[in-house]
Amino acid sequence: MPTRIQHSFADLRRVPRAGLVTFITAGDPTPAATLANMHALVCGGADLIELGVPFSDPMADGPIIQRASERALAGGMSLSGVLALVSEFRTRDNATPVVLMGYLNPIERMGYQSFAQRAAAAGVDGVLTVDLPPEEASEYAQAFHEFGLDQIYSLAPTSDADRMRRIVAAASGFVYYVSVKGVTGAKTFEIDDVRQKISALRALTTLPVGVGFGVKTPEIAAALSSVCDAVIVGSALVEIIERHPSNAAAALETFVASLRQALASGAA
Amino acid sequence: MNTSPLPDERGHFGPYGGKFVAETLMGPLAELEAAYHRYLRAPEFIAELDHDLQHYVGRPSPLYFARRWSNQLNGARIYLKREDLNHTGAHKINNTVGQALLARRMGKRRVIAETGAGQHGVATATVAARFGMQCRVYMGASDIQRQSLNVFRMKLLGAEVIPVTSGSKTLKDALNEAMRDWVSNVDDTFYIIGTVAGPHPYPAMVRDFQAIIGRETRAQCLAQVGRLPDSVVACVGGGSNAIGIFHPFINDPSVQLIGVEAGGDGIATGRHSAPLSAGSPGVLHGNRTYLMHDADGQIIETHSISAGLDYPGVGPEHAWLKDAQRAQYVSVTDEEALAAFRSITVTEGIIPALESSHALAYAAKLAPTLSSDHVMVVNLSGRGDKDIPTVAARDGISL
Repeated sequence: MPTRIQHSFADLRRVPRAGLVTFITAGDPTPAATLANMHALVCGGADLIELGVPFSDPMADGPIIQRASERALAGGMSLSGVLALVSEFRTRDNATPVVLMGYLNPIERMGYQSFAQRAAAAGVDGVLTVDLPPEEASEYAQAFHEFGLDQIYSLAPTSDADRMRRIVAAASGFVYYVSVKGVTGAKTFEIDDVRQKISALRALTTLPVGVGFGVKTPEIAAALSSVCDAVIVGSALVEIIERHPSNAAAALETFVASLRQALASGAA
Repeated sequence: MNTSPLPDERGHFGPYGGKFVAETLMGPLAELEAAYHRYLRAPEFIAELDHDLQHYVGRPSPLYFARRWSNQLNGARIYLKREDLNHTGAHKINNTVGQALLARRMGKRRVIAETGAGQHGVATATVAARFGMQCRVYMGASDIQRQSLNVFRMKLLGAEVIPVTSGSKTLKDALNEAMRDWVSNVDDTFYIIGTVAGPHPYPAMVRDFQAIIGRETRAQCLAQVGRLPDSVVACVGGGSNAIGIFHPFINDPSVQLIGVEAGGDGIATGRHSAPLSAGSPGVLHGNRTYLMHDADGQIIETHSISAGLDYPGVGPEHAWLKDAQRAQYVSVTDEEALAAFRSITVTEGIIPALESSHALAYAAKLAPTLSSDHVMVVNLSGRGDKDIPTVAARDGISL
């Protein structure tokens, strides 16, 4: 049976159109707000939701997502809380893939087996653990495999051919290409550099390739849509939540709809 | 036990260490590792490093018999390894000289560093000034307040000091911010990590640059006492001065190795910085090691009077030495460290750093239980000038 992620990318290929992956931090600023925001992302046209698991030391994140993590932790969010949130989301939406994105320590603290089992039961489809390269992931991979969770790995402009091969061999679901040398929400990238790297990647894998970091506007999303299978937007959405802490859903939906429209036209 | 082949080729000390970083840094870490392996075996690199350690840093640092203090404690004979006499006043410069030479050979013109007490920041700013490199130091906003003297020193040396206001505003947050800078500027920037933590190869590389402390201590003790010491005591935050003095003794089973963590208000209060004494294994800042974290894996705030020990993790080799029972880890409180600070100051005329005062405090507890045959070496890792405002403030005196 195809997974939600496979199903989603298969649908996109049929259209054809680049997918829209939207990131928000779980529990920012409250679990209830996140739940409403997740449904709003889907209503706006998101194809896949990435849910950030807040961590006290988000080394790979820029200030926007750092602040979101701090707000979520201040509100009591935890890895268990994130899983409960996904379960709750699944009572209304059993189709949209949900990928968790975070750091290793909370997962390691819960235990790889226990986490993988609980995440799969909650309806999580895959996990991107930012500070876990495949070299350190053998035990983690085993647990993920056992419970049918996809291991999303990122590739960067600094990844050479050897690393690209190693990563796509370990990856499942899709591959996350980090467009810039930097943290989330940072500078923008050169589309030609991204195109070049992704064509090298295509030669190594049939997995869908998403591109993130620095995608702030519908224009950038449209430009990217011709070179990849999915465009990943995070900080721009988290910024909307920061501006409208108690009622971001409508603003999120509107912005996501504008991104989605840009992708539809970009593919034409 | 022979630990010299550690870490393994992937940077592991048993289950600890490794490379837990975002993909963007895997390439630059491999490049650093290649340079480190190449140059640490290159005679001309070693010759330049030795020359700088002698003529710029002022090595070897003395091994000094603290006669009056030993007599007062009425037990073990205590020798102090005087890293406080190094240029810039602490052991940190041993490592920054080494990494700066490496950075030059790798063609990096910009260096960055994190700092807690400011000693590593000063040591980095110093070598950057000497080599004409651009330098930026990240420092927690609350550390900037308690270490204002070192902040000004770094600025005088031409470094840019960036206050870090995220998280707990201390050393761990400065490290996060330095990592973010590195990931954003990997092409021209060399990240000079100040302790034996971080992703491989940093724990091994910083240890190798700091091991000069232990090599000298070994030779000096043989020359002055006629045998190896019975115990070696050092403070442990990230653990660079401790690994530096421990490492050359690891294969000498007769030498007891004791690391002293910052007990803050006391381990029982939860307000401390002692992951080896009261934490558990986890992953932070690129390596697996003992951490202070809650049941959800969130890193918890640490407390210590000493900014340089105020860190929730510890170098992975210490985690390994603890599990292998080759080294013993204990803690002393802020109050005990302050008492040792005052005691050594008035009996030996040496004002130690508050970090080093933790090692001295444990030595002062242990020495009276031992006979006068026992030779104990304490690593006096830094001088205390920077801490005088903190100590004065405890007495209600504002300088």
